[in-house]
Amino acid sequence: MTDEIRQIIKQHGRLPADVDSLPVDADLYAAGMSSHARINVMLALESHFDVELPDRMLTRDVFESIASIEAALTELCAESTAR
Amino acid sequence: MSVSVDPDQALADAVERIARDVAAPNADAVDRDARFPAETIQALRDERALSAFIPVELGGAGASFEAIAAACLQLGRSCGASAMVFAMHQIQIVTIVRHLDGAPWFEAYLREVAAQQRLVASVTSEIGTGGDMGRSVAAVVPGADGRCSFEKQAPTVSYGEHADDLFVTLRRGPEAEPGDQVVVLAREDQLTLEPTGTWDPLGMRGTCSPGYVVRADLPEEQVLPTPFPRVAAESMVPVSHILWSHLWLGIATDAFDRARAFVRAASKQKPGETPPAALRLSHLMSELSLLRAEVASGLAEFVRASAEDDRETLSTMASALRFNNLKIAASEQAPRVCQGALGVCGIMGFKNDTPFSVGRHLRDTMSACLMVANERIHQTNASLLLIAKDV
Repeated sequence: MTDEIRQIIKQHGRLPADVDSLPVDADLYAAGMSSHARINVMLALESHFDVELPDRMLTRDVFESIASIEAALTELCAESTAR
Repeated sequence: MSVSVDPDQALADAVERIARDVAAPNADAVDRDARFPAETIQALRDERALSAFIPVELGGAGASFEAIAAACLQLGRSCGASAMVFAMHQIQIVTIVRHLDGAPWFEAYLREVAAQQRLVASVTSEIGTGGDMGRSVAAVVPGADGRCSFEKQAPTVSYGEHADDLFVTLRRGPEAEPGDQVVVLAREDQLTLEPTGTWDPLGMRGTCSPGYVVRADLPEEQVLPTPFPRVAAESMVPVSHILWSHLWLGIATDAFDRARAFVRAASKQKPGETPPAALRLSHLMSELSLLRAEVASGLAEFVRASAEDDRETLSTMASALRFNNLKIAASEQAPRVCQGALGVCGIMGFKNDTPFSVGRHLRDTMSACLMVANERIHQTNASLLLIAKDV
């Protein structure tokens, strides 16, 4: 999952930094992700993982790093499996 | 025996008196001469209103956010420019109080604001950002001995020349991305303002907001530790939109009151007949009611979300949309009400020297859609709507 998220950020995050070498806990905003690019990343994640990110996950904190995005997606997938 | 005073009531009483006895009698002169409402701000200082929101343990009165909003509305009914200066100062204070997070320098600073009734202005807009407050060009430049400096080209700094201190957004460092922002509090004795323009605007003339090049050199501890994007989402943006909306409602309410006084005067001239303007007044009241309802519900939602355990709600997209829409709605509705008041009063409202004059109200509220341009906010909302769910 980490690599898939990384690829999506690479495609849609418009980061000036090299996404491949970005640590999973690196701050994506400090790395230059704008609020507009963040929305494109969210949309791409929804379509790639075929999920709907609920409002409580559409926050700055959740999209702060690759690791925090992965934690949210993992939680979301676990919820949908449990249902 | 000690008598406990409710800080909210004390603020309301003081502001009501100042609005009536100081702000209202000077409003026309402030507007005509485009001069700072110095006597109103001094009266607010004398009542310690500039530190009303600061917690008691830091030397303030510990008034509620609702009381600050009510004060903005009350002042707006007398003088839009005075209300805007008061509101903008309170935006910085409320923001600092909500993001202290154990920042020792800022705690000490709030004590000074309370002790000396210091007036704080903000420098958030910048040339070269296309009106986007979420981006900065100027950066915090580290210096020797734990000091830092900056130089920022500001297209407007409201009451910059009259403020004691400035609340400035900057990039975190010379290498930081445009959106990686922090807030710096620069004190009067640490900064210089080089004027780059004049101030002769259509309305809100007393806010005295020309452009400046702002330069400062200060200790690093005056950089707020919390990143600005969080400060903006949780506090600065919703607080700005709520307090501005309250004062715009105040201006519109006074325009309505003048229209009502005009209709009453007309009805006294012909007892037994309902003057034609009375019907227009009724239409106007429903327009004002819409504005009142939007402003009141925005405040109530913010207060609810600010309760300790639910502050994260303010970082959601639904919340950003909510408070952006408050700003758009109120900034469009307030001048509409003022124009309606002009329609009721006719030539008596159009003239600048009658008890029914509403020209200043109309001009002042026309600034509302430009303070962070509504089209810029619509752009943000348009992109949020692509992904937000429960809006």
